[in-house]
Amino acid sequence: MSEPLLRVRNLVKNFPVRGGVFAEASEVVHAVDDVSFEIDAGETMGLVGESGCGKSTTGRCVLRLIEPTAGEIWFEGRNVTRLKGKALSMLRRNMQIIFQDPYASLNPRMAAGAIIGEALTIHKLAKTRAQFDDRVVELLQLVGLNADHLRRYPHEFSGGQRQRIGIARALAVSPRLIVCDEPVSALDVSIQAQIVNLLADLQEEFRLAYLFIAHDLAVVRHISTRVAVMYLGRIVELAPAEELYGNPRHPYTEALLSAVPTPDPTARRQRIRLEGEIPNSIHPPPGCCFHTQCPIRELPLCSVERPPLKQTTQGHWLACHLRS
Amino acid sequence: MAEALLDIRGLKTHFKTDDGMVRAVDGVDLTISRGETLSVVGESGCGKTVTAMTILKLIAMPPGKIVEGRILWKGRDLVPLDAGEMRHIRGREIGIIFQEPMTALNPVYPVGEQIAEVVRAHQDVNRREAMDRAVEMLRLVHVPAAERRVRDYPHQLSGGMRQRVMIAMALVCSPELLIADEPTTALDVTVQAQILDLLQEMKSRFGMAIMLITHAMGVVAEVAQRVAVMYAGRVVEEAPAEALFARPLHPYTQGLIRSIPRLDSENGKKRRLDTITGSVPSLLNPPPGCRFAPRCAFAIAACTREGPELRTIEGDHKVACILY
Amino acid sequence: MILILVLGPLLWPVPIDEIDFSAQMDGPSLAHPLGTDDLGQDLLSRMIYGGRISMAVGIAAMLVAVIVGVFIGAVAGTARGSIDMGLMWLCDLFLSLPQLPLLLLIIYLFQPTLRKWVGPEVGTFVLIVAVIGGFRWMSIARLVRAQFFSLREKEFVEAARALGASTLRQVVRHILPNAVGPVIVAGTIEVANAIIAESTLSFLGLGFPPDIPSWGRILYDAKDYLDVAPHWALFAGGAIFLAVMSINYIGDGLRDALDPRQVI
Repeated sequence: MSEPLLRVRNLVKNFPVRGGVFAEASEVVHAVDDVSFEIDAGETMGLVGESGCGKSTTGRCVLRLIEPTAGEIWFEGRNVTRLKGKALSMLRRNMQIIFQDPYASLNPRMAAGAIIGEALTIHKLAKTRAQFDDRVVELLQLVGLNADHLRRYPHEFSGGQRQRIGIARALAVSPRLIVCDEPVSALDVSIQAQIVNLLADLQEEFRLAYLFIAHDLAVVRHISTRVAVMYLGRIVELAPAEELYGNPRHPYTEALLSAVPTPDPTARRQRIRLEGEIPNSIHPPPGCCFHTQCPIRELPLCSVERPPLKQTTQGHWLACHLRS
Repeated sequence: MAEALLDIRGLKTHFKTDDGMVRAVDGVDLTISRGETLSVVGESGCGKTVTAMTILKLIAMPPGKIVEGRILWKGRDLVPLDAGEMRHIRGREIGIIFQEPMTALNPVYPVGEQIAEVVRAHQDVNRREAMDRAVEMLRLVHVPAAERRVRDYPHQLSGGMRQRVMIAMALVCSPELLIADEPTTALDVTVQAQILDLLQEMKSRFGMAIMLITHAMGVVAEVAQRVAVMYAGRVVEEAPAEALFARPLHPYTQGLIRSIPRLDSENGKKRRLDTITGSVPSLLNPPPGCRFAPRCAFAIAACTREGPELRTIEGDHKVACILY
Repeated sequence: MILILVLGPLLWPVPIDEIDFSAQMDGPSLAHPLGTDDLGQDLLSRMIYGGRISMAVGIAAMLVAVIVGVFIGAVAGTARGSIDMGLMWLCDLFLSLPQLPLLLLIIYLFQPTLRKWVGPEVGTFVLIVAVIGGFRWMSIARLVRAQFFSLREKEFVEAARALGASTLRQVVRHILPNAVGPVIVAGTIEVANAIIAESTLSFLGLGFPPDIPSWGRILYDAKDYLDVAPHWALFAGGAIFLAVMSINYIGDGLRDALDPRQVI
């Protein structure tokens, strides 16, 4: 079994809460609360959860776009948690990101060619102008656009096309891992399908690994090898995609799956309603983060001790006192 | 056949822009009967929101203009009505809720005030009574501790709560039709499920008709009795929900349904999603004839000459396609 | 108007300082379309010459204000923390200084020295530009700083960071080009302000020397003869008014032109 491409160990990220003009930051938002997982080369790890669960923050910490408060990130066997300067710049060539909002993620004053090629300039990957142009055109074609689009500005493109430009930009450095932060949520359904297919094709061609962050469970299922479910900054379940969707074991995962509307009017799903108080990440509940809303909370242990993420069957990890 | 509550005939709403005339809604026929839920489905730019806003004349009249058509509300044409007469209809006979609860609520007034304002605008009651009605409505939409929450400001409430407040505002005068424009798109999936349940509950309590505008087919399948599919400013198919999903007739509807990633096992196995090639046409210069022809796998020469009419094929199922 | 100012002297070759006592304070006539002043000098050519001076002062002062303002705003917006606080304190300091009295004071103190160094015209020009520009950078700095704060968080800047761009590159290539929209508009307004400021100074007698006919200077000379030769003051004042209005109009147009596509 070879070394995983990315290994995240006990990642923690806290954000201070401003308590007024002169007050010191006395409280913190526990955005990411001890998260660990691994991604192998060429596989896709889906990271799902609802807003505020910390999935986007996790993605950005992996990339060192946000500095982790604690924990370790290992890439290709090297500890990259505290890299700086030149070494960090080198790391950027291995890990890239695609953003959610196709309108805000492109500089409106830069032409498409310049946007895609910027990485080439920063890392001096093209020695001549001709090389630069060739590579940019190559990238444009890889994502389904063409050379005419080189000199056009973002506002001249549709949402789907802009997302393609964002993907081309990420590919410019030939990374091995791409963090996809809700890459299709802002797109129409038919365009979503095109982009998801594109990502899958690119993955196959270049043996890319993806950390695919999304809240749309159906999309995640289509592209992920394994899926992790996050709640209030913690991973509550992690399993191969088919296993998670077919046999969810954590009560939150079950509730999440039952809430997704199916495009089939004849299917009558039994929806699991979540009642109870919604916890907040500044004062997370003691014990299991989900216990205030959990429909099967039976053990007193649930409100006292935080359940560890343990393997139940092969590859299926679960953080629940009751079920594991 | 039940008497039509709302009958839109040949509606055309165009917008004058610097680049030309945008024909956002270009010949739309829709009917809603008393107590029925009609869902208007389509991707961005298809004209569904503009249609809804036109019903209540919420479009800015320059640059927008109702070029043609009639909107019959209980037999009375709304198009020629002036602002004063429209005000009587808005809120009292037809209610509307929007997609972004944060921007639809006024941030500087407590939510109770905002609900009470609707009451006072249409009924001759004093402040005390209006506020009592507001509290009553909040209880009805399952906002816990309604008497306290009535004094909260929008930013103190979560997304789901705010949407409930919007629903309360829309329903407080017991309108006969509720227009819901993408009411759950901005919400997490578990909250979305709760809001959809709430809408169903309100419907059985008040007996109102609902016009649900969305691009999420899953939501449509859960909630709608009849569905109208819009593309590039026109209705291309209209049918009872079960018939639409079981046997979609229009190529666009077929493509749309096929490209949705699904949770049910069959489709989940596939890694590639079916897509509709190309993208939505510009509404400045829509293609002649059938607007879907450029992307349609079944297009023939006649398709680009004449725009097909919406014709009844069997029972309630209508399609606008030359194939039928 | 700009065309007239630029091409003026070529079209109307009458020298500005040809003194002709016989034609003192005449109203408009064929030989002198705008009339003459108390020394018989042709007003039209003086106005044209003066217009070029006023424009030059306006634009130069605006450039000073913009360059200083953008630089300070950018540094404050990028650095945040104590550097930002320090710069904003400086900004507040300048804002709270009483402008006009200080202006007068500085001119009074430094005008003779500058005149000695670089000659009367250039000296006054430099002084006036520096002083006007030096008191107007603050609003631009605040504008730029605010733009920086909002732009830093934009995803395309984050994307640049993710690609490995240095902070300098992020600022220069990504943030600045998107921040300058409002600055350009503010800049045109500054030109108008500067022209008025210069006119005020000259009107108070502290601007240009008598032989340099900037519009404010013309007004200064004209004010004593209002009942006898009203055309004198009217044309000068009217010119200032028209210039400021057209500049503001251009500023509005610029704002519209730059807005729709580039607005984030």
